[in-house]
Amino acid sequence: MSTEFLTSGFFYSLIAGLAVAIAAGFLGMFMVMRRMTLVSDALSHVALPGVALAIIFNLNPFVGAFAFLLFAAFLISGIERRTDLPTDAIVGVLFSASLAAGVLLTPEPDLLEALFGNLTQITALEAWIIVAASIVMMLVTIVLSRNLIFLIVAPDLGHVSERRMKTANLIFLIMLAGSVALGIRFVGTLLMGTLTIIPAASAKNIARTLLQFGAASVIFAAISVMLGMAAVYFMHIASGPAVILSSVAIFLLTLIFRKPI
Amino acid sequence: MDKEPILEVKNLNVTILKEAILSDISFSIEEGDAAAIIGPNGAGKTVLFKCLLGLMRYEGEIRWRKGVTIGYVPQRFQIDRTTPISVREFFQLHEGNFLFSNADVEIKKYLKMVELPESTIDERLGTLSGGELQRALIGWAIYDGPNVLLFDEPTAGVDVAGEQTIYNLLHSLQDQLGITILLVSHELNIVFKYATKVLCLNRKLICAGAPHDTLTQAQLEKLYGEATYYHHLHGHENEV
Repeated sequence: MSTEFLTSGFFYSLIAGLAVAIAAGFLGMFMVMRRMTLVSDALSHVALPGVALAIIFNLNPFVGAFAFLLFAAFLISGIERRTDLPTDAIVGVLFSASLAAGVLLTPEPDLLEALFGNLTQITALEAWIIVAASIVMMLVTIVLSRNLIFLIVAPDLGHVSERRMKTANLIFLIMLAGSVALGIRFVGTLLMGTLTIIPAASAKNIARTLLQFGAASVIFAAISVMLGMAAVYFMHIASGPAVILSSVAIFLLTLIFRKPI
Repeated sequence: MDKEPILEVKNLNVTILKEAILSDISFSIEEGDAAAIIGPNGAGKTVLFKCLLGLMRYEGEIRWRKGVTIGYVPQRFQIDRTTPISVREFFQLHEGNFLFSNADVEIKKYLKMVELPESTIDERLGTLSGGELQRALIGWAIYDGPNVLLFDEPTAGVDVAGEQTIYNLLHSLQDQLGITILLVSHELNIVFKYATKVLCLNRKLICAGAPHDTLTQAQLEKLYGEATYYHHLHGHENEV
């Protein structure tokens, strides 16, 4: 590989994209187990108005996206606690509301990029910050995993107090917001939620244990990015759809090799 | 027996949304007891357990003897059967370092104790049958070596034959490990057979003592109402 390639914007995009996808894939495993896949999808849409405001006020889109996502995560868990509405109803409302507001707010020339991502202009510094942030999110989630699994698999076993499970859940939602905000750059607000879910859903098709589940999820996410980026490099297509379609292809393959129930 | 009781409950009161769920409950449990808590639906049995486990707010006093650790098998354990978690990983939840711990020897020991084959360790939790899952849960609950086991409706969702096995298992665990057992049960014939002590609960403590002295016709009528207790006593004997 030439040194030219290793210092190109494309290379940095690839590295950062890999880091984000791996972290998202790992978080996705918990989302799939909790049947919260739609939440992550909707969360990514909520970022759109945040991105729009950031563009209007000339801020880094990540800041706007993260702020809105964080707010949405708290809002969802708050409404969940206070009403009997099922989560998907709450999410459905938020999802359409933010998409509508976001499309109106986003300046026309930036709209396509905000919706579907663009990874050509990224600096080395940005790339390494994204890598570092992804590593931190992974580590935090690994530390949380025991309490999260209690929350998902065995909330009734009385082993971990409800308060500790709730705290773990809140930190998890913050990690999720962070990973979505980072990933929007690459695959856009419309598709980022999907990048969290599809590798994990594919992994669930073939995994028998949690360890296999996590490992497969992370590996599938990484392969999706590499395949997608190869398509971007050679065919000059938009990165978001390329990455997502690669992950869908993996999903279809795992359907064939599905474990027997 | 002037040993300190393993559990002493005094004037326990629980109120949820201004409704008294438990009022003025007082009782004590001695070490080695197999105490059955009986009562109609909505009597507050599960709430009582949650208080004993410290998972719920209450007024009054619950005093466990020093050094007591509690294992708990809940009434409803709904696992999504498609969740990819192995029996090994489920047991590893006990370990602080979770997925990166190596506790196979210990886990197999407990599987054996609840009469599951050692190979169960590699199985997916979701593929176990109702009876196997119940036994795995008992194994899970005694994994930390508790000296008290709280057991909410041990046989819900298990057929009659499985019911017997589970009670026999509890009995032999008690003999082997000297665990004190508190269980909630609807099966009066089983209470008669296994329990050394019975607590009749219907928001208040209606009676307490050895099953044969306590569960008189008059007390059962008071607890369940006339029609129900008859069904409870005789309906199940016919099935067995």
